[in-house]
Amino acid sequence: MIDRDMQAVGRDDYGNLPTALDDAQLRELARAIRVESVRMIHRARSSHLGSCLSMADIMAVLYGCIMRFRPADPTWADRDRLIVSKGHAAAATYATLAEAGFMPRKRLEEFGRDSSVFAGHVTHGVPGVEVSTGSLGHGLPIATGMALAARRSRAAWRVFAVLSDGELDEGSNWEAFMFAAHHGLDNLTAVIDYNGIQSLDTVEKTLRLEPLRAKLESFGWRVLDVDGHDVRALRQALDRATASTGRPTAVIARTIKGKGVRFMEGKVLWHYRPPDDAEMAAAVDELGAGE
Amino acid sequence: MRSAFIQTLEALADEDSRVCLIVGDLGYSVIERFAEAHPDQFVNAGVAEQNMIGLATGMALSGRIVFTYSIGNFATLRCLEQIRNDVCYHQANVKVVAVGGGLAYGSLGASHHATEDLAILRALPELTVVAPGDPVEARLATRALAEASGPAYLRLGKAGERVVHDDEPSFRIGKAITVRDGGDITLISTGSALPLTVDLAAHLARHGTSARVLSMHTISPLDKQAVIDAAVGTRLIVSLEEHSVVGGLGSAVAEVLAELPEPRARLRRIGLAHVFNRTVGSHEYLRSQHGFNLETVSEITDKLVEELNGVAR
Repeated sequence: MIDRDMQAVGRDDYGNLPTALDDAQLRELARAIRVESVRMIHRARSSHLGSCLSMADIMAVLYGCIMRFRPADPTWADRDRLIVSKGHAAAATYATLAEAGFMPRKRLEEFGRDSSVFAGHVTHGVPGVEVSTGSLGHGLPIATGMALAARRSRAAWRVFAVLSDGELDEGSNWEAFMFAAHHGLDNLTAVIDYNGIQSLDTVEKTLRLEPLRAKLESFGWRVLDVDGHDVRALRQALDRATASTGRPTAVIARTIKGKGVRFMEGKVLWHYRPPDDAEMAAAVDELGAGE
Repeated sequence: MRSAFIQTLEALADEDSRVCLIVGDLGYSVIERFAEAHPDQFVNAGVAEQNMIGLATGMALSGRIVFTYSIGNFATLRCLEQIRNDVCYHQANVKVVAVGGGLAYGSLGASHHATEDLAILRALPELTVVAPGDPVEARLATRALAEASGPAYLRLGKAGERVVHDDEPSFRIGKAITVRDGGDITLISTGSALPLTVDLAAHLARHGTSARVLSMHTISPLDKQAVIDAAVGTRLIVSLEEHSVVGGLGSAVAEVLAELPEPRARLRRIGLAHVFNRTVGSHEYLRSQHGFNLETVSEITDKLVEELNGVAR
C-alpha cells in the first residue's frame, strides 16, 4: 500500500512527502489515485471517471516528486501552487490530496454526499485545493496571475495548471497563453492532459486542436511532448519545465481516457457514465493487479 | 470621478505596495502616471477581460489588493463568469472598476452603454456594489474599498461630474449618505444621478415640498434601514438611477418596500427605459431621450406630490 511506501521513505517535519518518490512509488501512487477515483465515482454515482483515470499519472508525478508543499500547512506561503483547471476530474484530485497527506483517505467517502464540501468539481475548502474550478477556461488565467504575483514578489514558488484538451476550446486559455509568454513567466507550467476525447466526441471531430505543439510554440511557450502515462518521462519533462528560463512551459501529456481499465480506455461513454457494481469490481480488480 | 479614482489609487499604491492596478488596455491619459510611478504594481492585460479577471484573482489569492480597470460593460459583463466564480466565490480581494456607468459614452453607441450592470452585479453573492454620486464619493469609495478586504464592483461616471458634497461626508460602505434632510418625501439616488437628485430636491423645496435626499452609493449590500426609515417617515420614495429601471436601485428599494407592512410610502422608480439606444448623441441628449433630466423628473414628481396632497386633503 502507498501509505507504507511513504512511511518507508519518511516524511519531513511538516508531514511533507519525501522530495522524490522513485518510479515504482510514483506508479503505485497513480494506481492508488485510480482505485480511489473508481470507488468514489461509483459510490457517488458521479461522472468523469475517464478524465480522472487519464490524469492520474500526471497528478502522481506532480505531488510525488515535483511540487513543494506541506500537507500539515496547506497555506504555507512558499508552497508551489497547482490549479486543476479540468475541475471535472475532482475525484482524482481529491484522491491525490488524500494520498499526499492533506487529509485522511476516509474523508474521500464524503465525495458527492449531502452537506459535503467535496463537490463533483474541484472546490476550495477541501484541504489542499487552491482554487475551485468546474467552468472550463478559468484555471490558466488564475495560475498566470499567481505566477505574475510570485515574479513581482521575487518569490521562488512555482505554479502548475493541469488543463484538459477539450478545455482548450475556451478562448480565455489563449488569452492567458499570450499573456504568460509575453511576460516571460517561466515559473508557470501548464500540463495538458491530451486524451483526445471530450464530452460528446473526440477532440479531432469536435474542434481540431492540431497542430497543438505548433500553436503553443507560436504563442511563445516552450513545449514538451511526452507519454502522459510514463512517470519517468513526466518527471523529466516537469523537471525541465521548472528549470526553464524566460518562457513558460507547456507539457503536452499524451494520455488515454479511462487509462488502466481496459473496457473504459478510449471510450467517450466514460466521460459521464458511473460504473455499476460489477464494473466497479472489475475496474478495481484490474487496477489492483497493476500494469 | 475618473480622476478622483486614479488619484486616490495612486496615493493608496504609495502607501501600500500590495495595491495593484490591472487595466484592459484602456485608460489612455488616465493611468500613465500610476504605471510610471508603480511599475511593479501595474499590469496592462491587453484586450482580454476574461484573463484580466483571472489574473486579478490569482494575484489577489497571492496577497495583492487588485483593482481591475476598464470601461462600460467590458469590465463586467464580458467577464461576468470570471467575476462570479473566480472573484466572488473565492472572496478574492479584487475590485472591479468600470468607467462610463450609464450613458456616459453617449455617442459611442449601445455597446458602450452600461445600463444593466448594477442589476446583474448586485445579484452576485459576496460582491459589494458601489456607485459613487460625485467625485468626493468616488475618492472616499476607492479608499474604503481598498481598506475592506473582499470582492467589489466600483461603478464610476466618466469625467467632469459636478461636486455635490461641499464638505466631506462620512462614508461607510453599505450606509446611505443623507445629503439633505426632509420630511415629506424621500429621493434616493445612486451613482451619477446625484446632481440631478439634489436639483430635484431644490425644485421641490421651492414648491413647498420638503425632500430628503439619500445618496445610496452602495447598491449591495443595500442600506435597508435607510429605506425603511424613508418608508415610515415620509410618504413617497422616488428612486433615481442612470441605469435601466429593471433590476437596479429602484428594484432593490422595491424589494425592501414590498415586504414592509402598510402604511408605508409609495414608490416611483425613475431611470432609463428598458431598451437599447438605437440612436446616439451626447450624454445629456441621451439622458433627455430617457426623460432623465430635471424638466421631466420634476414633472413626474410634482404630479405625484399633487396626488399625495390631494389624498391628504
